[in-house]
Amino acid sequence: MSQKKSTSRIDWKHGKVDMTHGSGGRAMHQLISQLFAAEFDNEFLQQGNDGALLPALAPGERLVMATDAHVISPLFFPGGDIGSLSVHGTVNDVAMNGARPLYLSVAFILEEGLPLADLKRIVQSMAAAARDANVAIVTGDTKVVEKGSGDGVFIATTGVGAVTADINLGGDQAQVGDRILISGSMGDHGVTILSQRDSLGFETGLESDSQSLHDLVAEMLKAAPGIRCLRDPTRGGLANTLNELAQQSEVGMVIDEARIPVKPQVAAACEFLGLDPLYVANEGKLIAICPAEQADALLAAMKRHPKGQDAALVGEVIADSNHFVQMTTRFGGRRMVDWLNGEQLPRIC
Amino acid sequence: MKYVDEFRDGDLARKLSEDIAREARSGRSYHLMEFCGGHTHAIFRYGIPDLLPDNVKLIHGPGCPVCVLPIARLDMAMALAQQDDVILCTYGDMLRVPGSGRQSLLKIRAEGRDVRMLYSPLDCIALAQQNPDKQVVFFAIGFETTTPPTAVLLDQAAKLGLENLTVFCNHVLTPAAMHGILGTPGDELKLDGFVGPAHVSTVIGYAPYEPFPEQYGTPVVIAGFEPLDVLQAILMLIRQLNEGRSEVENEFTRAVTREGNAKAGALTDRMFGIRDTFEWRGLGFVPRSALQIRPEWQQFDAEVRFAAQLQAHAESLKSLLKDNKACECPQILRGLKSPRDCKLFDNPCTPDNPLGSCMVSSEGACAAYYQYGRRQQDEPQVIAVAGGQ
Repeated sequence: MSQKKSTSRIDWKHGKVDMTHGSGGRAMHQLISQLFAAEFDNEFLQQGNDGALLPALAPGERLVMATDAHVISPLFFPGGDIGSLSVHGTVNDVAMNGARPLYLSVAFILEEGLPLADLKRIVQSMAAAARDANVAIVTGDTKVVEKGSGDGVFIATTGVGAVTADINLGGDQAQVGDRILISGSMGDHGVTILSQRDSLGFETGLESDSQSLHDLVAEMLKAAPGIRCLRDPTRGGLANTLNELAQQSEVGMVIDEARIPVKPQVAAACEFLGLDPLYVANEGKLIAICPAEQADALLAAMKRHPKGQDAALVGEVIADSNHFVQMTTRFGGRRMVDWLNGEQLPRIC
Repeated sequence: MKYVDEFRDGDLARKLSEDIAREARSGRSYHLMEFCGGHTHAIFRYGIPDLLPDNVKLIHGPGCPVCVLPIARLDMAMALAQQDDVILCTYGDMLRVPGSGRQSLLKIRAEGRDVRMLYSPLDCIALAQQNPDKQVVFFAIGFETTTPPTAVLLDQAAKLGLENLTVFCNHVLTPAAMHGILGTPGDELKLDGFVGPAHVSTVIGYAPYEPFPEQYGTPVVIAGFEPLDVLQAILMLIRQLNEGRSEVENEFTRAVTREGNAKAGALTDRMFGIRDTFEWRGLGFVPRSALQIRPEWQQFDAEVRFAAQLQAHAESLKSLLKDNKACECPQILRGLKSPRDCKLFDNPCTPDNPLGSCMVSSEGACAAYYQYGRRQQDEPQVIAVAGGQ
């Protein structure tokens, strides 16, 4: 993002995105300098080159890179917006490798007609989320598509982080006897988004759990250095993510329904919509698998952290050649927790 | 969650399970059919088969509206969706169901047609008003539970004089299907009692089931959809059978009366009449088992407004219309076979790639087995989750 000076001011109150904002001309530079560069300001962005030149890592550290595209509808929702979500989503993907997130790149695809006031709000929210997560947005790109070819704004972010030599987390490392922990209540994000849709519009008082988890992860790794893997249960929820891990590690899992925290509003909304909270998306929660002997210390560390107050030990890794995830129901029976079939909700992240 | 958790209480479940085990006589078996897909789903979701003795068998009935809708009717809906200027609206469950040529409403939408999923049929009103140059068609399916909302939609459309809204009516009747199951001559079906419908009965009441004990000697216990309701109903059926009684009993007293919802019934009667016959997937043609829009409201009947287009489409599809020959859905829907008896089950027929109707909806017996029950045939290794050390 270069920062050519532009004299006229953008009309934030009435202005709308038009095709000139993506044409490479004056309007585009005006947007870059008065919005993106101003809000994301950092030394790397100030270099003003096509790419950002970044410092070397400490000896022994390795790079972690993750990318995430965000197409959520509605753009603004209780607890966040597409801007903050696009930072949290990628920061968390980097953090799930046990890495310290450092830099983000961002690509905006704007739809002609998007109010500039909305864009400003989204960019400010991204900037705040990035500051909060201590990551710098170091490079970016903006394209504009004709009205009808997008849905307001799509945002793709890529994140880079550094991980120290002693940390080697992976979805293929769960072992029989390991314990399964989650950092809080399931389904808050998905139900919040659903409640905001025009066709449903019910009131819950719920907020999305969208938040960055790198600081929680850092505390967890201190308390339980033996953690085998971390993953954030976004689309497909807890159920899909556990199935992924069971497949990757070639193990089975059994979880206990009574131990899985679900807020009453989420349970109620799922009840009347016929959804299962285990399949509903989260944007600020994680799953950790660790050796049994470190589970208590890990749970205590999670509970001490504000982002893990409601953490719970919910299950255990077992031997199972079918790699099934099973659940002991509150009712005392047992059932499979299968992969999600089809789609539970449209466009939630 | 209040008024829900009470009906999922594990301690009460264990007590009921013990009562069932004690009272079920070892010298005989009990073949009980839950008619509704809602019960089938609850039975698997809560692991109820684990709580029953071996001689109490649950047979999964045809009460899954998506499962029993014949391919020909789905094809008609897809033909409507492919008309220019039509917005076809339906419940989410219908979108993935494969019709002829493995086409589905979801695929038709991907090809650029306007197919919408909705939660309330009344959303069609606003859609019709906002799109005066389009024809909004509501693809209505379901048992007596979803019929009153469709009746309200028709009533509202008539009051507002909407000219671009029609309903493609596929509503079916539960008692007629139960007669269809019990009255099929030569069937080897062994059926000792029904766990009767929950939500359907809130609308129609329990009086319509009274002929079953009288005509066939088959007891019916109306049960709610919560797992304790199901266990309690099973116990009540076992007691009836042990005592030689055959009656309609109502376990779901918190929601069901003998007469049902009179207001819903009156509106339904005003908008709909009974078809002479209607095809059910798995059961074949069942007399007087479905509703159609009354002639006085025919301007809102998609089968009338689009009669020519539907006729042309039916001609073009004749050669394609076939269910998979190896699919056991017909036997499964009548309780003659279990999903595991089907050669297609699990490979290649899965919820992601459903070949038969019972695999399509989460209320279908095969999908419920697949989703929750596959484990039950193999032996479970772990039971309770241990804490950390």
